[in-house]
Amino acid sequence: MPTLEFRVNGRDHRVEVEIDSTLLEVLRDKLRITGPKAGCNTGDCGACSVLLDGILVRACITNALSVQGGEVITVEGLARSGKLHPLQKAFHEHYGSQCGFCTPGMLLAAKALLDQNPTPTVEEVKEAISGNLCRCTGYVKIIDSIMAASKEMSKREAG
Amino acid sequence: MQRTVVGQRKKRYDGLAHVTGETRFVDDVFIPGTLTVKVLRSQVVKGNIRRLDTSAAASLPGVEGIVTHKDVPNNAFGLVPDQPVLAETIRYRGQPIAAVAAHDERAALKAIDQIKVEVDEEEPVFDPQEAMKPGAPKVRPEGNCYMYGEHPCRKVVFGDVEAGFKEADHIIEGEFRTNPVEHAPMETQVSLAVPEGKGRLTIYTVSQSLLFHHGLLTGILKMDKDDLRIAGLAEKALHDWKDDVHVAFRSGTVGGSFGAKNDIHADHVTALLALKTGQPVKWRWTREEETLYSTHRGGWHIRIRDGVKRDGRIVARQVTSIRDAGAYSALNTYVVDKHCFMVSGPYSIPNVYVEGYCVYTNKTPSSSMRGFGVFPATFACEMQMNKIAAQLKIDPWELRLINAYREGDQTPTRRVLDSVYLIETLQACAEKAGVKLPDRLASMTSEKREGAA
Ligand code: FES
Ligand code: FES
Repeated sequence: MPTLEFRVNGRDHRVEVEIDSTLLEVLRDKLRITGPKAGCNTGDCGACSVLLDGILVRACITNALSVQGGEVITVEGLARSGKLHPLQKAFHEHYGSQCGFCTPGMLLAAKALLDQNPTPTVEEVKEAISGNLCRCTGYVKIIDSIMAASKEMSKREAG
Repeated sequence: MQRTVVGQRKKRYDGLAHVTGETRFVDDVFIPGTLTVKVLRSQVVKGNIRRLDTSAAASLPGVEGIVTHKDVPNNAFGLVPDQPVLAETIRYRGQPIAAVAAHDERAALKAIDQIKVEVDEEEPVFDPQEAMKPGAPKVRPEGNCYMYGEHPCRKVVFGDVEAGFKEADHIIEGEFRTNPVEHAPMETQVSLAVPEGKGRLTIYTVSQSLLFHHGLLTGILKMDKDDLRIAGLAEKALHDWKDDVHVAFRSGTVGGSFGAKNDIHADHVTALLALKTGQPVKWRWTREEETLYSTHRGGWHIRIRDGVKRDGRIVARQVTSIRDAGAYSALNTYVVDKHCFMVSGPYSIPNVYVEGYCVYTNKTPSSSMRGFGVFPATFACEMQMNKIAAQLKIDPWELRLINAYREGDQTPTRRVLDSVYLIETLQACAEKAGVKLPDRLASMTSEKREGAA
């Protein structure tokens, strides 16, 4: 079996994988990093979203070996030394999460946006999360949460 | 007094765990040695299995166990116990026939491919109206309508509807249909069954009805209730068998349900395979399975006939509703009940006659979804109110306000109402919507009907 070497949330990993294993299978089944969820396994729902070298990808349709040498961030890697990322805080405070199943993927879609565009418009937020389905919230609270986090982050930036 | 709950915005008690990824859903529980489950579903819509041969599949490498209808101790479950866990008689396409537990998904799928099944096909029926006709193909041997006692429908009879029609100035009829709807929770059906020794079993479940399902599962498995633990919250459940069976029930961590997890979809199959193989087994439904074969909101066909006075007072309502239950009862009998109790709406109608039919067809069983039949009832009722308003040229707000329940009114199911606030609620809605109600409507109250002593 080929070996995959990559970094997840700041830690190096070396795992044996099948040539057709997906990144999601490796994260969940081999490394037991269960933040990314399998909502469809067909690239349609965004529940498995992670950042690969800063870019939002769907782990369920990303071949594991294509990640060789790469750096992956999952929801588990968002908090820094016990401090929540402003997006995590905002999702909690602005009711951006209900059942929580879409939340890990949604947070990473939001992070990918704010990393590129720290002060997005509501339209830009909608566009950025358009590949992430949520069945509970109706999206309004998610958009509120992302806008609130953006505000909070620019305040910090300025202060 | 300082209020701590009412009027306060509270954060979700589990919200922090959701945003950090710590929340553990059933699929996030890993037990060493867990086998993967796949299920053979019928390609045929209706018929009887003539031959079912699992021997080639069973001898494949990686396959640890296969179950069919022969392995189910009590192969009929449900509120109305009419549904088999694994079918011998096929009633809808996609019905589970056999289940495999194997070392990995690949081996399980290969085994599914190797199971030989031959079915004597029969003619199906899909449209509930067709299914109700005499001589229609029978979905169930007892007949295609669920029997509420002596009657092929749930009846609600209040006052004298014929007398009401005679008294009316107008007869206004409406016909309404609603489509089936899939709940589409982001988390599909998942079940992990773990044998605990001494014949005991723990099931990690996505159920939203733990107590109800515990009863159904012990019935299917013919198991002592103390030997089955079902755990909805995976976090703490691992190590605390207690003598008191009540600790077995924990409120669940559910990745969305909307009624889709009120029926057992996977726990019975994993339980059978865990008991058969002696190993933990996990079954996670694919999105395709969830969409096609989980329960859904069944379609409705609703006919309303109202007798209305010139001034807009409804004095008689007759309703015939047909619910497409699909092939099994699931929770449909209760869905039809609630529909019938609610279809006259929040309106005081002195003469009501409702018939609600729960009709079987050769389709995936429908069941509960957000409101158990009340949503289609409300949809039809309110569309009918708009129709009456348009026909009589009465303002739709006024029509609702003059018919609204008042304090002390009786519902068609003979409940005398208290704490009635519909009028005040409508008035508040009008205000929010920027609608100025004329004084005679703005001054109405739920306390009493105007003109009454
Ligand atoms: S699980 Fe990857 S997009 Fe749905
Ligand atoms: S919070 Fe349940 S799917 Fe988004």
